[in-house]
Amino acid sequence: MSRQPQSSVFLEKKTYRRRRMHDAARALPVLGLILLMLPLLWTASDGPATSNADATLYVFAVWCLLVLLAALVSRALRRDPPEK
Amino acid sequence: MSVAFNVVVAVALAYVVFLFGVAFLAERRAERGHKGWLTSPVIYTLSLSVYCTGWTFYGAVGFAARSGLEFASIYLGPTLVMIGWWWVLRRLVRIGQAQRITSIADLISSRFGKSTQLGVIVTVMAVVAGTPYIALQLQSVTLSLSVFAEAGGTMWEQADQYGASIWVAAGLAFFTILFGTRNLDANERHHGIVMAIAVEAIVKLVALMAVGIFVVWGLGGGPAATLAAIEVSPIAEWQQSASRWVSLIFLAAAAFLCLPRMFQVLVVENPDERSLHFASWAFPLYLMLMCIFVLPIAVIGLNIMPVGANPDLFVLTLPLSYGEDRLAVLSFLGGFSSATSMVIVASLALATMVSNHIVLPIWLRSGGDQGASQSGDVRRVIVRTRRISIAAILALGYVYYWVSGGGTALAAIGLVSFTGAVQVLPVMLGGIFWRGATRHGAAAGLLIGFAIWLWTLFLPSFGVGAIISADVLANGPFGLGWLRPEAFFGISGLDPLVHGLFWSLLLNAGAFFVISILTFPNPLERLQGAQFVNVFEQGEATPMWSRSDATAEDLLIMSQRIIGAGQAQEIFASAAKAQGKQGYLPDVTPDFVARLERELAGSVGAATAHAMIGRMTQGASLSVDDLIAVADEAAQIMEYSNQLEAKSAEQERTARALREANTKLKALSVQKDAFLSQISHELRTPMTSIRSFSEILRDMEMTSDEKARHAGIIHDEALRLTRLLDDLLDLSVLENGTVTLHTQTGDLSALLDRAVRASGAEGAGLKVHRNTAQEAMILAADLDRLAQVFINIISNAAKYCDADAPELTIKVHRVGAATVVDFIDNGSGVSEDSQDMIFEKFSRLADQNRAGGAGLGLAICREIMVRLGGAVTYLPGQGGAAFRVTLPTLDVLAAQ
Repeated sequence: MSRQPQSSVFLEKKTYRRRRMHDAARALPVLGLILLMLPLLWTASDGPATSNADATLYVFAVWCLLVLLAALVSRALRRDPPEK
Repeated sequence: MSVAFNVVVAVALAYVVFLFGVAFLAERRAERGHKGWLTSPVIYTLSLSVYCTGWTFYGAVGFAARSGLEFASIYLGPTLVMIGWWWVLRRLVRIGQAQRITSIADLISSRFGKSTQLGVIVTVMAVVAGTPYIALQLQSVTLSLSVFAEAGGTMWEQADQYGASIWVAAGLAFFTILFGTRNLDANERHHGIVMAIAVEAIVKLVALMAVGIFVVWGLGGGPAATLAAIEVSPIAEWQQSASRWVSLIFLAAAAFLCLPRMFQVLVVENPDERSLHFASWAFPLYLMLMCIFVLPIAVIGLNIMPVGANPDLFVLTLPLSYGEDRLAVLSFLGGFSSATSMVIVASLALATMVSNHIVLPIWLRSGGDQGASQSGDVRRVIVRTRRISIAAILALGYVYYWVSGGGTALAAIGLVSFTGAVQVLPVMLGGIFWRGATRHGAAAGLLIGFAIWLWTLFLPSFGVGAIISADVLANGPFGLGWLRPEAFFGISGLDPLVHGLFWSLLLNAGAFFVISILTFPNPLERLQGAQFVNVFEQGEATPMWSRSDATAEDLLIMSQRIIGAGQAQEIFASAAKAQGKQGYLPDVTPDFVARLERELAGSVGAATAHAMIGRMTQGASLSVDDLIAVADEAAQIMEYSNQLEAKSAEQERTARALREANTKLKALSVQKDAFLSQISHELRTPMTSIRSFSEILRDMEMTSDEKARHAGIIHDEALRLTRLLDDLLDLSVLENGTVTLHTQTGDLSALLDRAVRASGAEGAGLKVHRNTAQEAMILAADLDRLAQVFINIISNAAKYCDADAPELTIKVHRVGAATVVDFIDNGSGVSEDSQDMIFEKFSRLADQNRAGGAGLGLAICREIMVRLGGAVTYLPGQGGAAFRVTLPTLDVLAAQ
């Protein structure tokens, strides 16, 4: 059952762009995870402790950014008909 | 001053009636086929909010008051899952639609060969992990009611709380049964419930934000002041434990996928993939809005409220203590919505699992379907089972609440319950991404994970001494220190939740993997595994029944029993139509049986549907050989098409060769025709002269001189005829290769002398230039034939050279290894077009003084030279007609 769908090595511009949008959709949670793990490094530093207010502002800023990016990616993906 | 308790109850009842109305209208619209906005992405996104339960609504503030920003991790996990929908959710939804998955237990069971046992394991785990959570919701509604009661002046005793929660549980059971089990649709979609949940989602968001706005602007003095208050609050410092932050984000993300109620709204109730596009950003936005005021409410509540006030209830008590009764009631409705929507969906999802994976298999095994069979009777059993299950699950939740005694012990159960639910995660992800996962591995992983969860988290959650004694907690069971519930393998110092989560999932995934690679899956498992993992590549599903002994009528009767007469007949009629048949009874092909099984699976789950079809078809299920045959068939088709491709290339080549051959044959045919007409013409001309002159001789009186002249003409023409025939014979002999060559040795110079003499060139006025020194060489060849060639060429020069003083130069020299003799005259030569033609038979250049020859001379020359192993060619660019005779190399001996 090793029937591989024949896929071409090079794609036309539109399909290429759609594939890259898929990549963006895949990368988004990774970006989110990295950004949300960053505050953990703050505690490790010896300087004055970060206030919870700053941390709150940071976390919610990241949250807004993720929503915005997800909306952009979703719009870009929806504009094209699905492959296959 | 305070709002009357009865008013609150009245408002709650009115709200419930309103929800009934919404659900009822939605159901009716769906029944009439006006699904339109019922399946819109917005409704789908809002329905996902069952994730935000009563525990979220009240408990998030309490969580924040105790641990600061850590509460946000519970909402950041699902945010990551949603924005990463391309990885897992998209696949889950596609599989859910392709396989008609009804619940998470069905997903696991279906993936691992429609295993009944796995369905049972997942169902039991889900019920055990889910019940405390339902209890938690009952508690939150009861607690919020008691707040109003206290505000009204009556302190609630425990008994009052239990009494209230009974009513809440009963009401919720009624609602769920009404809208969750009236649906006879085979797709297990519940438009009424989804719609009611969507409305509740809006209510809880509005309520929480309203309280937040009141707290920040009304009590806190604006955002800046609120932030300043956070700076000086007891939870001012960011001292987050890294392991808890990471673990909680992971736990929430995993629970978002694995909780039965989340699976229900995410996958089972999903209308289409388009909804996921929208929800991927809209639901994270919803979560963020739910969280944005939590920390301010917690901080300001801690500042304002008396010490010892329960922070879990700040959302209610803050507005109440400032006399904002209407806001408090709105807030109560928000909490009520959160709790009820969770309980409704959770009990529905659990009831579906219990009826499809526990009750139905038992009923089938005990022969429950053997009795009087009539349309829809199995369906009635299913519906009744579900109703009982819903009631039982709510009763279980109530009992749990009652036994645990409410209070803080229960509040801690939220995350413990999450950890129990996510034990399905390794098996689920392994099932949809890894074809090597087997049902033995899945069962091992689930059981080990479940056992560790029970030991490290669930049982200790009842409190020290309740089930696990303090001694066991400190020293392990039977003195086995490495099994201490909160310090496995002697690794202590971890937060108990992180500890339990880490070990249960690690050993769960480990067992799943190791047992999977050591065991061998059965054919159905392999088939299902391929379909799950390759869900995006798969075109047609492989039929899982190789042959069937059941008739279409038997199958129709069985289907009617399960999904009712109307829908069953619809399925059969459309299948018959697709096969090009009239009526309700299609041919029982493997494809049709597979499709029917999928339809039934959408109602009773994959395992039960498979078992029932299996019973009908007498167990002619798939074998490994069948699977391999299917694979072979595909491979053969591939092979065949490759062969066809190769063949067609081969045929292309053959066709081209044939075309070329045909062109040649046509040209040859034209040549043959030309040759025949030429030869008749050539024979006819002398014959005509001979005939006419012999007639003159016969019929006319004439002198002997005249007679002699005429006889001479006849003689000449006869000679010419003879010569022509000789030439033809000669050519034919040469061309057939039957000529015999007589090799002699002789001098080239002498041969040329003979040729010049014999050609009569001197007599014709042709001057011949030669260089006898060059000609000094000995030849070994058929000299007579070679002389014939030379004579022919020289006499041609004599005949055709059109110069005033014709001259012929004969040069002998070496070109490479070969010796060549060039004959060059000073005439106008042969035009380029004709150079190819002159060696052909009967080719004679347009000439006036055609002296004898039939145009065979050069053709004969060429044949002779080919026979001798040499060549004769026209040599262009010499200032006149020039022929080059290449002597056969071996025959040339240098003259010594």
